[in-house]
Amino acid sequence: MDITRLIIVAVGGQGNLLASRVIGEAALLSDVPVRMSEIHGMAQRGGVVESAIVLGDAKSTIISDGEADLLVGFEPAETLRALGKCNQGTTVITNLSPLSPFTVTTGQATYPNLQEIQNLIQAKTARLIAFDATALAKQAGNVMAVNMVLLGAMARTGILPISADSLREAVRTKTKKAFVETNLKAFELGFAAVE
Amino acid sequence: MHRLLTDEPGQKMLLLGNDAIARGALEAGLAFASTYPGTPSSEISANLFQVSRETDLYFEYSTNEKVALEVAAAAANANVRAMCMMKHVGLNVASDVLMTLAYIGVNAGMVIVVADDPFMFSSQNEQDTRYYAKLSGLPMVEPSSVAEAKEMVPYAFDLSERLGEPVIFRTTTRINHSNGIVTLGSIPPRSPKGDFAKDPFRYVCVPAVSRRLHVRLLDNLKRAQGIADESPLNTVEGGGAWGIVCNGVSYNYVADAVKALKIEDRTKRLRLGFSHPMPEALIKEFLQGCEKVLVVEEGEPYMEEGVKAFAQEAGLSLPIRGKGEDLFSRLYEFDPAMVRKGIADFFGIPCESPAPPDLSDLPEIPQRPPTLCAGCSHRATFYAVKKAAEGLDAIYPSDIGCYTLGFLPPLSMADFVVCMGASVGTSCGFSQVTDKKVISFIGDSTFFHSGIPGLVNAVFNNHNFTLVILDNGTTAMTGHQPNPGVDMEKLHLSGYGRVSIEAVVKSLGVEHVTVIKPFKVKKSIEAIRSAIEYDGVSVIISQEMCSLYAKGLKELKDRVFTISDKCKNHRNCIDDLACPAFYIQNDRVKIDPDLCWGCAVCAQICPENAILPLKKKGPGEQA
Repeated sequence: MDITRLIIVAVGGQGNLLASRVIGEAALLSDVPVRMSEIHGMAQRGGVVESAIVLGDAKSTIISDGEADLLVGFEPAETLRALGKCNQGTTVITNLSPLSPFTVTTGQATYPNLQEIQNLIQAKTARLIAFDATALAKQAGNVMAVNMVLLGAMARTGILPISADSLREAVRTKTKKAFVETNLKAFELGFAAVE
Repeated sequence: MHRLLTDEPGQKMLLLGNDAIARGALEAGLAFASTYPGTPSSEISANLFQVSRETDLYFEYSTNEKVALEVAAAAANANVRAMCMMKHVGLNVASDVLMTLAYIGVNAGMVIVVADDPFMFSSQNEQDTRYYAKLSGLPMVEPSSVAEAKEMVPYAFDLSERLGEPVIFRTTTRINHSNGIVTLGSIPPRSPKGDFAKDPFRYVCVPAVSRRLHVRLLDNLKRAQGIADESPLNTVEGGGAWGIVCNGVSYNYVADAVKALKIEDRTKRLRLGFSHPMPEALIKEFLQGCEKVLVVEEGEPYMEEGVKAFAQEAGLSLPIRGKGEDLFSRLYEFDPAMVRKGIADFFGIPCESPAPPDLSDLPEIPQRPPTLCAGCSHRATFYAVKKAAEGLDAIYPSDIGCYTLGFLPPLSMADFVVCMGASVGTSCGFSQVTDKKVISFIGDSTFFHSGIPGLVNAVFNNHNFTLVILDNGTTAMTGHQPNPGVDMEKLHLSGYGRVSIEAVVKSLGVEHVTVIKPFKVKKSIEAIRSAIEYDGVSVIISQEMCSLYAKGLKELKDRVFTISDKCKNHRNCIDDLACPAFYIQNDRVKIDPDLCWGCAVCAQICPENAILPLKKKGPGEQA
C-alpha cells in the first residue's frame, strides 16, 4: 500500500491530538496501517503541538522535512512555520483565523500578513485550501470544533487513504457523546468548504 | 472500566506507546508499580495509577526515583512482579540502588522502564541509558514500535525471572509518544502479596557478601549473553554484503530507507532488541560475509563500539562506521530522510528526495514560546521577589518544574538550573564564594524529591541565602501527579498521609520561615524582604494552587478582571507580569476574560487602580 504522510500543526488547546486520534481510529476501522507521533510537552502552556501521521506500508512514525503529502494548520502562522515539511507536490489546508502569540499581543513582534502567508504557501506547494475554520466551528455551535471542521476538509481532499464515512464513524464513536452532533455538523461544514 | 483492562484477547486497539507499555505490564501479571513522574514516561504511571483504583494492582507515586526503585526492589525480592518507571535523568537519582541491586538480583520479575529523550523535547540533557546497562551489568531490551513495546514487556518479565536480575526496558520519546495499533492479549490474575525469605549471605551487601555477589552478577551476564544470542528480539533481515546494525526507532528509519532505495536484497540488517549484553556470537556471524557495515543508532556509539570490538576479536578488518562528521551525529534525534541519505552515501548509491521548499523569502514568524499560564501563582511569586530584591545584585538559582519558565523576560528569575534539587545545593556554593544575595526557587514536588538534603546542608554549614518554595499543591509540569504535600482528599482519595512543608522546614532548624499567599502582593513583598534581610538560611513558602489544577478541580476564583477607562497606559501590568491574558488593541491594554484567572495581581500593581473586577463569573465563561 502506498504511503501517505500527514502533518498537523496547531497551538496547544486547539484539539489537534483529538483530530489525530480520530484519523487513527478511522484507519483502524478501515484496516489501513497507521503510525502517529506527537510532540506536546508544553502544550498546556501555549506552545505548538505537532502530530505526524503515516498511513500505509511504512514503519517510521515521524516525517522528515520536505516529505509531507498533506499539511494541515489550525492556525495560519503555524502553517507557515511548518512549510519546511512540504514539497512542490504537497497539499496544504489552513485555518485563516489567527491566534496571536503573546509576543504579538504585547507588541514585541508583528504577525505576518494573512494574504502574504497564503501567497507564499501557494507559490511553494501544489495546492492551498484556506478558509476561516473558526467561523465554521462557531456556525456548527462550538468554537472548539475547529479540529472537526479541518478534519472534514481533509476528508474532502481525498488524499487520505480513508473514506469520509470511516472518518464520520470515528467522530461518532470516538469523540465525547455530548459533542458528537456538533462535531459532525462541523465536519460537514469543513467538508463542504473544499471545492 | 479503564480502557487498558479490556478483556478481549485479539481485539485491536490504537494505543499511545506509554499505554501499550502499561497494557503489556498488565498482560505480564504486574502486581506492583512505583514511579516518580517524568516526561516522556509519565502516561505509563498515569494509566497504572487509574488501574490500581479499580483492581488489586498496587501503585504508588514515590518521593523520587531512588525511593521508587527501592520500593519496587523489595517487592520483587518478596516474590511480587514489580515495575518501576522513570525518565532517563531519573535513573541518575536511582543509580545508587541500581548498581548494587544488580548484585543482589530479584526473585519475582522486575522491569525498570527508562525513557530517554533524544533532542531534549522536555529534558535537561540527552544522556543515553544504554550505558547504564553496561555499567550495572543488567540486561536491557529496547522496542522499535508501539506494538512491539506491548509484546516486549512480558518478555522482559520472563527474562528477569530466568536470570534473577531486574531488566532495563529502554524507550525513547518516539516510542513513548507515538501511537500504533496493538493486538490485545489476556490479562492473568495478579499476585499482589508475597513473602521474603531471609538469607543474609545473599541480601546483605557487606563486603564479604558483595565479593561473592559480584561473581554471581558476572555469571548472570554470561548467561544473559547466551540468551541474547538466541533471542527472538534480535533479528536479521535481508541479505547481501552490505551490513546495517540498528536498534529502537532507528530500525524503522532503516526499514523504510532500504525499501525506498530498493536495496532490501542487497543489505543484511541486524536489529538489536535485546541490546545488553550484546549478542556476541550472533554479531560475529553477521559480520562474516559483510564487505562493510553501517551502525545506525541515535545517541552514543554504544553498538558501534561493541560491533567493532567483536570484529577485532573475530580477526575481521572490514570497515565499520556509525558516528562521524560525514555520517551520523551523536546529537538529537534521527529522522527517516537523514537515515536514508546516510545509508545511500555510505554504500555509494543515489538517493532522490523531494526538495524541501526554499524558505529564504519567508517573513519572520513570531515565536510562540511556552509561558507560565494566566493566573500562574509562580508569576505572582516571581514578581514579589523581584520587587523585594530591587536594588540588590542577587543570584537566582532555580530548579526543575514549570517555574523554570520564569527564566524568560520580563521575570528573568533563573540564573542557574542543573537538575532536580540543585537549586538548594548550588545556593550554598554561590552564597559562600560570591558574598552576593542568593535567592533560589524550588517547587513542592521537587523539594520533597531532592531539595531537603540541600537544606539540611545549608543549616549545618551555616550558609546564607533565601529559599523560596513554590508550593502549588501538585506536580504540575508532568501532568498534576500527587506528591507528599498534596491534599489527596481533593482527589477523593483516602488512605494517604500528608507532609507539611512548613513543618519539615522548621524541623530542619531553619529559623526564619514565612508562609505567604502570593496573590496578596504587598504582604508578600514585605515578607520576602524580611527573609532576604535575614542573615542565614531563610525560607519562604509560597502557597497557591496551580491554576490549571484548580480548573480541573473546579475550584475557580470568584471573578475575572477588566481594564477600566482610568487606565493611563503605564503598562506596568503587561511589562512586569507578561500574563498571557493581556493583549493590546488600538494601543490599549486589554484583558481576555476567557483567559483571566482572577488572581488580581495586576489589579494590585496598577498605579491608577484601573484594573477592576468584571462581575461574579468564573473564567472560561463568556463575561
